[in-house]
This record gives sequence, structure tokens and C-alpha cells, in this order.
Amino acid sequence: MNEFLLIIHRDLTSKDATPSPEQMQQSIKPFQDWIGGIAAQNKLVTPPRRWDLTGRVVKQDNVVLNGPYAEIKESVGGMLFIRANDYEEAVEIAQGCPIIKWGAVVEVRMAAPTM
Amino acid sequence: MDDKALIPHLFRTEYRNIVSVLSYLFGIQHIAVAEDLVSDTFLTATEHWSLHGVPDNPTAWLYTVAKNKTRNYLKRNTLFEKQLSPELRYTTEKVEELDLDLSHKNIADSQLAMMFTICNPVNSTEAQVALALNLLCGFGTQEIADAFLTNKEVIYKRLSRAKEKLKESNIRIEQPTLTEIHERLDTVLTALYLLFSEGYYSTSQNTTLRKDLCVEAMRLCALLLDNDITCKPPVNALLALMCFHASRFDARVNEQGESILYQDQDVGLWNRELIARGTYFLNAASIGTAVTRYHLEAGIAYWHTRKEDTVEKWENILSLYNDVLILEYSPIAALNRTFALSKVHGREVAIVEAEKLKLTTNPFYYSLLGNLYTGIDNRKALQHFETAANLTISAADKATLQRTIARLLELSR
Repeated sequence: MNEFLLIIHRDLTSKDATPSPEQMQQSIKPFQDWIGGIAAQNKLVTPPRRWDLTGRVVKQDNVVLNGPYAEIKESVGGMLFIRANDYEEAVEIAQGCPIIKWGAVVEVRMAAPTM
Repeated sequence: MDDKALIPHLFRTEYRNIVSVLSYLFGIQHIAVAEDLVSDTFLTATEHWSLHGVPDNPTAWLYTVAKNKTRNYLKRNTLFEKQLSPELRYTTEKVEELDLDLSHKNIADSQLAMMFTICNPVNSTEAQVALALNLLCGFGTQEIADAFLTNKEVIYKRLSRAKEKLKESNIRIEQPTLTEIHERLDTVLTALYLLFSEGYYSTSQNTTLRKDLCVEAMRLCALLLDNDITCKPPVNALLALMCFHASRFDARVNEQGESILYQDQDVGLWNRELIARGTYFLNAASIGTAVTRYHLEAGIAYWHTRKEDTVEKWENILSLYNDVLILEYSPIAALNRTFALSKVHGREVAIVEAEKLKLTTNPFYYSLLGNLYTGIDNRKALQHFETAANLTISAADKATLQRTIARLLELSR
């Protein structure tokens, strides 16, 4: 078993953000069921939590900007750690994320083995 | 109650009362002395009562004899007295004046202090539960062995080893302080939860004994609620959970001792009073922000006290099981969650999720799959029920499964 980081990116900053607030509202239960399903397989390492939408971006030369990082359109909306045998399995789990259909993107990263 | 029923009951209740008070007084090093004094008291009582009949107030009689025996013991053992005196929480100067405080309040205080002593992580939780049954509930080794489905010798060894551990670690018997509560209450609640489960889920055929275990767990939980320091939301939640479960005690087993599945239970046999009490404790548990597993499980148990299959009911149960699993994985919660999922999203969805669980050594995994497949693919359902029947070690469960298999075969003919 390997540990994977699932990072959910979504558009938080533009005016017509995707998923929209209404879509997010609708997806609360499916989202909980998705996480519950991962936990039911004993594959949840750290559950996601809610993050505010304010955010700061810290750069070199003492630059601090307001707002979540948005040079790419998708900011980090949430993240969780899971256990899976390989990328194939981790991807299958990630594909269950119910807000992908509304434009969210899930990045899957495997923890590098410790020496 | 006639004398035959009265005496064992009285002995059990008073054994735990006097042992707690004496142990609280003497300290952990002298638990054996406390136990001997109480056993000796009961021996005297049995002899005397069989000749002269049971006195009008047997409890008062026992207390007087216990007090006298303690006083005599202390008089005879000056060495013991010396060892004891620095620890003795008693202000009397002379042993002759010692008056054991067997008031309701001191018994409750002693039991509470003992509870926190016994539920100490120096011992395994299994040993803690055995100790609690023995010292806090007054159960004999044979009774504990019956409850754990093992023999007397095993329990005897487990108890002596656990008592020795407490002595070695010199665990003090004292009222928990406010600062200790936070870290120690959790261990106590785990032991009470296990004590209750032992009674509720045990495969022991002795229904009376199993019920007694549940009642004792509930009594100890209520004792925690009676004390301002230990009256915390998780304790209320745990007692709520116990009340809701216990409300179905009489409805879930038939006369042959076979378990009756939830959906087949006679709601008329559910204990309404316990459900009402559970609801009261669940409300009392809802202050503060911390949500413990007891809160979640009590919530699930609450929804199960409503028999009607509403969408609201199963959506709530599913969501609570999600939270239980996120807090801590357990195979049984995973299976129950999948059952709730089938009620909310249908059986096809649940089958896909169930097959991901891969709990291939667990008979309940196969009964769940059998249930989900029934009516969708009876051949597969049959295979799963058969695997479940092969895996289960409980005779009652095997019988229930075999009846299900027979019914399915009848249908597919």
C-alpha cells in the first residue's frame, strides 16, 4: 500500500466560478458519501477539511498578495490523503470525486518512498 | 423476591459496595484484604441466615458484620495498620472507633474512584472489563467466564494478573481531578462501552447474564453522570447509545435464542421508556462542540428506534456512518454504512461499493452481499449466504442463515 495525496483544484476566483456555489451546495451529500466510501475501504488516511476562500500568496522579495493562488485558473479547494496499491487504484478512487463533472480537477500524487 | 432469588442479587450488589468502600479506604495494595473481608462476611451471613432465617434488613446486617470484621482485622494486624495508616483516609484515632462509612454517598464516591483506578491503561481493555465486572459489579469468576465464553481458570488468571499490575504500578484509588478527567475519562468510557457490548453482542446463551452486563454498564455510566466532574457530553452520549440499544433487547431474540433481524422485529416489544430516556441523554449530550464516536453511534441508534423506512431516516444514518468511518475505521461500520447506502441510493450502487470492501474473512460481509443480491441475482445471493454460513462460528447465526438459504431455494424452484 502506498500513500497518495489527492488535491482538488477548482476555480475559486473568477466571477463565474466552477463549480458554482449552488453546485457546491448540491454536492455536499455526494461529497460526504465519496469520502465515506473511501473510509469504508479503510483507505482514508486524512480526511479533507474546509478551507476559507480568503487566502494569502507569499512570494520572494517580501511580497504578500491577497487571495488564493490563481495564476493558474484552479486554486486548491481541498485535499486529502488516501491509501492505494498503485496509481491505477488511486485514480479510480479520485474519479469518484463528485465535483469533477462541474469542472473541478483532482491531482493525484504518490508519496515518494522514504529511504 | 423470595430468599432464593434475593440472596445472590443482594450478595452481588453488596459485594461491590463494600469492596469499593474498603478498597478506597485501604488503597490498591490491600485489595485482597478487602475482598477477603467481604467474602468472609458473606460466608458468615450464609451460615447464620440458613439457621436463623434472613433478617428484616439484610443489608444493614451485612454492613454491621463487615464493619466488625474490619475492626477485628485491624486490631489483630497491627503491622497492617501501620502500613496502612499513612494512606488511611480515615481520621479516627483508634481502630476501636473505626466506623466504615457505608452511606449511599460514600459508596458512590468509592465506586467512582475505583472505576478510574480499574480502567487504567497498564492493563489491556479486556482485563479492565474483567476487573470492572469483578470489583465494580460483584460478578464471580464463573459468571465472568460464562460471559466471555471461556473457563474459570482463564478468568482467574486474568484477574490476578491485572490486580498485580495495578499494585505494581501503585495506582492510587482516588477521586479524579478536573485536569485528569480529560485524558482518563476516555479509557473509562471505552471499558464501559466494551462491558455493554459484551452483554449485548455476546453469543453466550445465558440471556439473564447478558442483560445483567448491560444493566451494570448502564449503572456505572449513570454513576459518572451523577458526579459534576464526570458529567460530560460523551458520557451522556454513551448512556443514550446504551438506552437505545437496550430498548430492543427483548425484541431481538426469539424463544429458541435465535436472533431476529431488525426488520423482522416486533416493534411492540421495543421498550418505549428506554427510548425516551435515551432521547433525554442524547439531548443532554448535545452541548459543546466535540463530536465523539458515542455521539455518532447514539445518533445512529436513535434513528433505528424509528421503524418507518423514510428517506430522511436512511440519509441521516448514512451520513452518520460516513462520519464514524472518517473518525475511525471498523469493518462492522463499513458493512452497516453500505447497507444504509443501499437504502438511500439503491442496491445496484451498494453492490458496487460493497464489493470494494473485500472483507473476505468476515461472515457479515457475505450476508450483506447475499441480502443485496437477493431479487437481483438469486444465484449469486445463494452463494454469498452459503459462504457466510460456512464462515460463521455462531450456531444461532448459522441457523438463521440456513433458513434464509432454504427460503431462497424454495423461491428459485
